[in-house]
Amino acid sequence: MKLISNLFIPLLVLIVIIYGAKKKINVYDAFIDGAKEGLPMVLNMFPPLLAMIFGINIFTNSGLIDEVFNFLKPIFLLVHVPLEVLPIAVMRPLSGSFGLALLNDMYTLYGPDSYLSIITSIIQGSSDTTLYIITLYFGTIGIKKIKYALWAGLLADLATVILSLLIVPLFF
Amino acid sequence: MINKLWIFFIISGSLFLIITGKADVLNAQILSSGKTTLDLVIQIFPLLALWLGLMNIAKQSGLLQKASRFISPFLSKIFPEIPKNHESLGLISSNIIANLFGLGNAGTPFGLKAMESLQTLNKEKDSASRSMVTFLVINTCGVTLVPTTIISLRMMHDSTDPTSIVIPCIIVSFISLFIGLIIDRILARKYK
Repeated sequence: MKLISNLFIPLLVLIVIIYGAKKKINVYDAFIDGAKEGLPMVLNMFPPLLAMIFGINIFTNSGLIDEVFNFLKPIFLLVHVPLEVLPIAVMRPLSGSFGLALLNDMYTLYGPDSYLSIITSIIQGSSDTTLYIITLYFGTIGIKKIKYALWAGLLADLATVILSLLIVPLFF
Repeated sequence: MINKLWIFFIISGSLFLIITGKADVLNAQILSSGKTTLDLVIQIFPLLALWLGLMNIAKQSGLLQKASRFISPFLSKIFPEIPKNHESLGLISSNIIANLFGLGNAGTPFGLKAMESLQTLNKEKDSASRSMVTFLVINTCGVTLVPTTIISLRMMHDSTDPTSIVIPCIIVSFISLFIGLIIDRILARKYK
């Protein structure tokens, strides 16, 4: 698997260049024209990303979320869901680096092969930072009305959490 | 929606920090977010330009259109609004393939180009089209065959079996993608 991953990029580059040369297009000029689009794209993505990181940083570093988790603890114990899963479930769609930091803490605390660490890893690994992706993609092309995109993304994230809780016991 | 969420993040976070007497943390967060964003964008920029260059070669030579023909019948079921042989289908499939192989940094430029291409089909330029939301859901589900960051983190912590999470991850992300696409369909119908 690792070999395939490692060869994927070089092969892709070779195929693109060889095919372009075979079709007799000016490969060099085409590359430069394409690369030129990078700067306006980056300039377009900066303001929406700045806004989102600004808001999310204040929220995630406020400690408010920990208070809420402590408050919710008794409810989770009642329905037999490990409380430790809650932070990753809530924070995963908001911040990718926060999720990784949480995962790192868990590995240190419980060991990487403990049941809780495995569940957390699978939630982290089988979803992505929904809010970041919405901001990046829609912000860059100038979409203001995102319609039901946030709901669709967050409900899919919820599905990931529930599925992880259901599927992990079958494997470990 | 994003507007309300943003207001909520800032007001709740700020008030909580002020009440708990950590105004210095708040200050640091406010002033550092510009730098954090710039670091992120600077990380994205060089690879973005590189992939956009290669992508343009593939586009001009017709390779992109050719590549999309393989996945097209499958994609046109998920994206009924996109006309056949439209350039966006090639970009969408390239984005999905790059993400599958864990090449997030290549996936993002393909994804951005795909969105730009979907924007040319969009009638109301400031609101998301149905295809855009569907494409977004595919990306937020994070379907990948090799969760590389997690595997390397597990190796760093001396896991006895660092790759043990791979198969469950694939299963969970594919099923949640399927559920996500169904949710997307239902919401699209409701929103009309």
